[in-house]
Amino acid sequence: MSDAIVIEGVRKSFGKLEVLRGVDLTMAEHEVVCLIGASWSGKSTLLRCVNLLEPIEAGRIVVHGDEITARGVDVNAVRRQIGIVFQAFNLFPHMTVLRNLTLAPTEALGVSRAEAEQQARELLRRFGLLDKEQEYPDRLSGGQQQRVAITRALAMRPSIMLLDEVTSALDPELVAEVLDVIRELASGGMTMLIATHEMGFAKDIASRVCFLDEGAILEQGPPAQIFSEPREERTKRFLQRIIAAGRM
Amino acid sequence: MKESFFGVPSQGEPAIWSAFLLNVKMFLVAEPLILVLALVIAVVRQIRGPVFFPFRLVATAYTDFFRGIPLLLVIYITGYGVPGLEIRGLSFYRSPVIYAVAALVLSYSAYVAEVYRAGIESVHPSQVAAARSLGLSQWQALRFVVIPQAIRRVIPPLLNDFISLQKDTALVAVLGNIEAARAAQIYGAFRFNYSSFLVAAALFIVITIPLARFTDHLIERQRRRRSAGGLM
Repeated sequence: MSDAIVIEGVRKSFGKLEVLRGVDLTMAEHEVVCLIGASWSGKSTLLRCVNLLEPIEAGRIVVHGDEITARGVDVNAVRRQIGIVFQAFNLFPHMTVLRNLTLAPTEALGVSRAEAEQQARELLRRFGLLDKEQEYPDRLSGGQQQRVAITRALAMRPSIMLLDEVTSALDPELVAEVLDVIRELASGGMTMLIATHEMGFAKDIASRVCFLDEGAILEQGPPAQIFSEPREERTKRFLQRIIAAGRM
Repeated sequence: MKESFFGVPSQGEPAIWSAFLLNVKMFLVAEPLILVLALVIAVVRQIRGPVFFPFRLVATAYTDFFRGIPLLLVIYITGYGVPGLEIRGLSFYRSPVIYAVAALVLSYSAYVAEVYRAGIESVHPSQVAAARSLGLSQWQALRFVVIPQAIRRVIPPLLNDFISLQKDTALVAVLGNIEAARAAQIYGAFRFNYSSFLVAAALFIVITIPLARFTDHLIERQRRRRSAGGLM
């Protein structure tokens, strides 16, 4: 079986700022990889590149054996199999929760409205959101909004999920409910690439942790090794700062 | 004043209030056309990609042109100039009202397109990213995510433009259409009694003030929603 994601030598800059300077990463099916690193280390940008929201300047990205960064690839088709969830939720504020979930399946996949709604309700029930289906996003708590955003991505039945600091905009007491959702996804075998500042969570859920530093993966390994005996000096310093900040 | 309002049919003097119905009719015909044409222009200006460059260029040129030309001149050009060309297909349309409405639509669409565009640009790019990330096309993202939010936001300024449109229907008097302002002028010229202008003014105000209050109401409602909704 081919790897879920192969990232090779990916480079990306915004103007003069080089954000990714040659990232290499291979993920097997059902693997959960956590990206850690300082802000501006390129975690979010890498996820956006895998979803083709940002064009890359060099390198290539292969998903399930198909190069998605090749010319002439149907970007919409690629995105349908890769779900992404953003830090700021980005729910559609003018639609109910249910419509947020059914929009893409009905319009991009051509599923009938009734079928899409039935599937959406199943997902909402699974994540304890069924009573919110008729609410508008701004009536929900941050934690609920983020759970809706995750289920919205799942409604497209993606084979890979990208999570971009999905708990960073939440009040601390709301983080747990979102992390529980992600744990459930992991136990269901979803392939996930997660950018996170929640080190405890990364330790717990990741099959592998990658430390991103200055636009490249400096060190990677199983969480136990990265968090307790990092080899690189810069990884050590980063983790010390995290501990000093009380985040681990 | 009463006479000017109802007119003196036996002497062939037009009634201002019935002339005013023409203003209302022109407004009602022009408004939906403007809403549609302006939205098309605004959307065309938004569509990205080199293939659409000529369309963007046309849309931009259109708004630049018609915002730059005084409405009165547009009315003269469409009302006198276009029929003067004696284009065969158009020769059926002798009524100056049609040319007048065309002038209003052409001119106002340019302004209203800019209002829409402001609305479209006020929708945060993260909304487009969210829509595209779900596999929706650029057009679907515009159609389902951006435009509905943009329109909600620009309803107050749109209404403002429509108050202005309702008043500017008076300008088409220059084509010889007897609308309210022209009827008032005719009455005044016959009787040397210019209170007829006040009658016409009152009629316009009767329409525009409720529109203005309605606009205020919508702005207030948006403000309340924003403060209740926090982030949004």
